Amino acid sequence: MPNKPSLGLRLAFWAGMLFLHFPIVIIVLYALTTEDRTYRFPPPGLTLKWFGEALERQDMWRALLLSLQVAGMATFIALVLGTMVAAAMYRFQFRGKDAITLLLILPIALPGILTGIALLTTFKRLALEPGFWTIVIGHATFCIVTVYNNVVARFRRTGYSQVEASMDLGADWFRTWRFVVLPSIATALLAGGMLSFALSFDEVIVTTFTAADQKTLPIWFLNELFRPRERPVTNVVAVFVMLITFLPIVLAQWLTRDTDDLHGGGKTS
Amino acid sequence: MSNAVELINLSCHFGPVRAVDGVDLEVRPGEFFSMLGPSGSGKTTCLRLIGGFEQPSAGAIRLFGQDAGRLPPYARDVNTVFQDYALFPHMNVRDNVAYALMVRGVGRAERYRRAEEMLEQVKLAGFGDRRPGQLSGGQRQRVALARALINQPKLLLLDEPLGALDLKLREEMQIELKALQRSLGITFIYVTHDQSEALSMSDRVAVFNQGRIEQLDTPKRLYEYPRTEFVARFVGSANVLEGSAIGLEGKYALRPERIRVQAGHHGGPNCLAGELLDVHYLGSQTRYEVRVGNQRLTAIASSDEQELPIGGPVTLGWEPSALRELEVAR
Repeated sequence: MPNKPSLGLRLAFWAGMLFLHFPIVIIVLYALTTEDRTYRFPPPGLTLKWFGEALERQDMWRALLLSLQVAGMATFIALVLGTMVAAAMYRFQFRGKDAITLLLILPIALPGILTGIALLTTFKRLALEPGFWTIVIGHATFCIVTVYNNVVARFRRTGYSQVEASMDLGADWFRTWRFVVLPSIATALLAGGMLSFALSFDEVIVTTFTAADQKTLPIWFLNELFRPRERPVTNVVAVFVMLITFLPIVLAQWLTRDTDDLHGGGKTS
Repeated sequence: MSNAVELINLSCHFGPVRAVDGVDLEVRPGEFFSMLGPSGSGKTTCLRLIGGFEQPSAGAIRLFGQDAGRLPPYARDVNTVFQDYALFPHMNVRDNVAYALMVRGVGRAERYRRAEEMLEQVKLAGFGDRRPGQLSGGQRQRVALARALINQPKLLLLDEPLGALDLKLREEMQIELKALQRSLGITFIYVTHDQSEALSMSDRVAVFNQGRIEQLDTPKRLYEYPRTEFVARFVGSANVLEGSAIGLEGKYALRPERIRVQAGHHGGPNCLAGELLDVHYLGSQTRYEVRVGNQRLTAIASSDEQELPIGGPVTLGWEPSALRELEVAR
């Protein structure tokens, strides 16, 4: 029989939830305020005009576009490499396997500042100019593990005999991949890919180390905070970003419901 | 006509483990051939070598006269029924069964027609739209069978296909499989650890032990003339007697049903006196556990009126022809 939590426990729960999510409510509230210099409480009035202003800001659009491109490319790289490493780790026994698991997790476990410095040093050594591709590579390092975790869990659950059955029935490697493996890991790829995308989309620290003068959306935010005017525009964009990152995560969770596949969701940095 | 399968001094080692260690055998076309042995005896690895899922470390595999040792599974005219069935969960039953036709590029109408025929043959007509997850274990088994047979292979490999079924279903499927094999006239290689299954279905049985074939014979000869102590004990049950106890040289197997049990101690040739430890009444038969010296022997007799007291003296007797001499060491 399920126990009903005590009143105190329930109060504590809701207090915790309020503490976690109250700032989000504030962000939405100040996207609607009429006053544009200081965040006065309560807001003197409510308006929708900042939504219009935000849409006309070219620098915002450039930052948003860059962020989408970076996140898209980093996710693509993570999907390809993460799936390949998951397949290798599932299928083969070899020396140093545990070490590789650790290496995969490191970029997400290490503080972002270390990853950032390490990448910057490496790029300098390799004489790579900071730019779009250095940001993508930086993001891909910590995106791979989310795909890897999801896909390797799916492989373990599915078992290898389906692959053998497919080849037994006349399908070569390519067709087996196309007709059996890919359909069985499709939702794991989707979940891992969405998490990757969300991780990359709001990344600041690694980006600051690997970008030249490019501004991804989170960096654009940081810069905006120092502007004296039109502050609610930042809040409007923040509301958009919340939707862009929130919806895929909810979708990913829904797609992999009834499974315990959603790994690597939390990046500690 | 060439043999369906020839294994020539075949070995497969995983690191230090000699899973298959120098196996020679020939399977004739149309034969129901079983590989019998305890787990880890090499029978499944041997089957997987024939299917192409493992690479031989040494030796050769010939399928219908063609060297096949290095061919990938999809290039062999062989199909497999896997122990866990390995059905594709994201396809319905019809697409599962039609899979082999689909990858060969057979058109949709034709492959669905043939899939439906196959499903009828395994008594699953009308199940085409279901998903594997919606079927019972026995039904999944039949789908796996239909899927493996749709391409009309000349050789079907079955890896403990009935292992996951309950006893009653298992016995039904044994009869059906045997009937199917007869009507199709194709070669079956059947891996099992269940000796009664192997004996009742097979034309010939290879008994595996530690990566080698211990004995390869018809079921009747295997039971009647076990060559080694391992075979005698694994196929049916057997009492193994040291020759010295009965005035002979070597070692002998004696089947429980070949032993007569009499009350009291009697002298004479071909008998041993002992103490009755236990009696198990099994209906038509009765099993007696008897201690002779420091050995425990089992005798099985048709049940009759006689009632022997537990702990009392008995004498076990047999015809000299019932003793089978065993090879002592290989």
